[in-house]
Amino acid sequence: MTALVPFQPLDQEPRQMTPAWDRPPAVEVLSAEKVFANGARGLAPIDLSIADGEFLTLIGPSGCGKSTLLKLIANLIEPSDGRLLWWRGDFTQVGQEGRRLAFVFQEPTLMPWARVEANVRLPLEFANMPRAMADPKVADAIARVGLSAFHRHFPRQLSGGMKMRVSIARALVTSPNLLLMDEPFGALDEFTRNKLDDDLVKLSWERKLSTIFVTHSIYEAVFLSTRIVVMAANPGRIFRTMTIDHPQPRDQGFRDSPKFAAYCRELSTWLAEASLQSAAGGGS
Amino acid sequence: MKPLFESEVFVRIAAPIAVGIVLFMVWEIGLRLAAVPVYLFPKPTDIFASLLHNGPSLLRALLVTLRVTLQAFVAAVVLGTLIAFMFVQSRAVEVSLFPYAVLLQVTPVVAIAPLIIILVKNTQLSLTICATMVALFPIISNTTLGLRSVDPGLANFFRMNRASRFKTLVKLRIPGALPYFFGGLRISSGLALIGAVVAEFVAGTGGRSSGLAYEILDAGFTLDIPRMFAALLLITLTGVALFAAMVALSQLALSNWHDSETRAEA
Repeated sequence: MTALVPFQPLDQEPRQMTPAWDRPPAVEVLSAEKVFANGARGLAPIDLSIADGEFLTLIGPSGCGKSTLLKLIANLIEPSDGRLLWWRGDFTQVGQEGRRLAFVFQEPTLMPWARVEANVRLPLEFANMPRAMADPKVADAIARVGLSAFHRHFPRQLSGGMKMRVSIARALVTSPNLLLMDEPFGALDEFTRNKLDDDLVKLSWERKLSTIFVTHSIYEAVFLSTRIVVMAANPGRIFRTMTIDHPQPRDQGFRDSPKFAAYCRELSTWLAEASLQSAAGGGS
Repeated sequence: MKPLFESEVFVRIAAPIAVGIVLFMVWEIGLRLAAVPVYLFPKPTDIFASLLHNGPSLLRALLVTLRVTLQAFVAAVVLGTLIAFMFVQSRAVEVSLFPYAVLLQVTPVVAIAPLIIILVKNTQLSLTICATMVALFPIISNTTLGLRSVDPGLANFFRMNRASRFKTLVKLRIPGALPYFFGGLRISSGLALIGAVVAEFVAGTGGRSSGLAYEILDAGFTLDIPRMFAALLLITLTGVALFAAMVALSQLALSNWHDSETRAEA
């Protein structure tokens, strides 16, 4: 079987080696906090800015509010106080050219009755894009996750990792600028996860994506991120921030380097401290 | 290629037929040995002889019953699906109407058929109405359940992408409801036949437009027991054929994706 469309040439313009701190940030969280209906404090006021092109990872013990923070950024829930800005604007402007946002869930959440290509095309159908215009985009997104040979398959014919790839293709097809991922590879075995991490790093680099990634895996966080935000619970808050100083896109060489091991060790220590602070109640 | 007798399809067709042949043989030999008179209990050969002898009149009766059954089945599917869509669109509609759907279901058709036959002048129509009432409920309840059983993750995805109500219905709710709907079809097709036959029994119409139930009644009056069995056999075969058609339809629609119809790949 052949790919529908040859692999799209990558942008030829020179790329920056670091996130663009000079350009407007993709997301600014301004003293946003979340108190749930039952009175529980999900998130203490948080200030966080995600630069354009940055790969930011949220990590922390369970209950630290990392998923809540991601949902705030996706505007799936509203902050109880404080506010958020997307590309220096409010959420009504999100969805315009250059301000697109896509979300990848923990589960692949594919339509079991639809073929891979129909699943990937879905967001374009929501936007009422004509088929002639949508089809090349769909083929491109499927090619970018390496599933061109499987575009006519049904989800049940695919492995867990492949289903997740379809889910990522469905997010990429809208040409997002900001990609939000909530523990997307948590249910996969380590080998598959590493492979997907490799590809994700390349993808987000090629597409100049700003990515916010939630994970429980220290290795995954260090490998993927330009910056890691370690969170603590009771109430959910930012504990510490770690910058991973290594050029993107990264490959297996980085995983094997002593630098990688050192980062993992340090992050592990921080997480242990964050856990202790969470148990003690900390904060207010 | 495996030998024929090992293939799945062959076994699925041949095994029930073999059981049938054995049953018929026991039946035939047993009655012959006991010398049971034909007006008490006919042998299979008596029934087949009657089937051939009364062929034209039985076939005409079969067509009448089949027509009522199919009309009622189609009416039940259309009505039931529409009602299910209404139920899903508004909780208030469902809460206020569902008890009456149950009422319709639990009222025995034998009890209500005389009333309908008196009220509706056209016999064919009154029979169809009775059979529809019997066949309606499984379609309503199954389709409603299916339309409500939306994968929460997918529903979330549709909401996040600001999918319109219409798109959510067409792209998410309807495909997701299909397995339930086809389950409803299987039950309902058999019920439509039962409803038609029961209503015919109550109506007892003579003349040209009489169905298989009338054939059974008539054979009973004239003590033509083999004809009674022949008519019964035709009703049973019709029910099996309807069920098989529904199974084939659901396989056709779901074989690509739904667990109930997909075969494990070795």
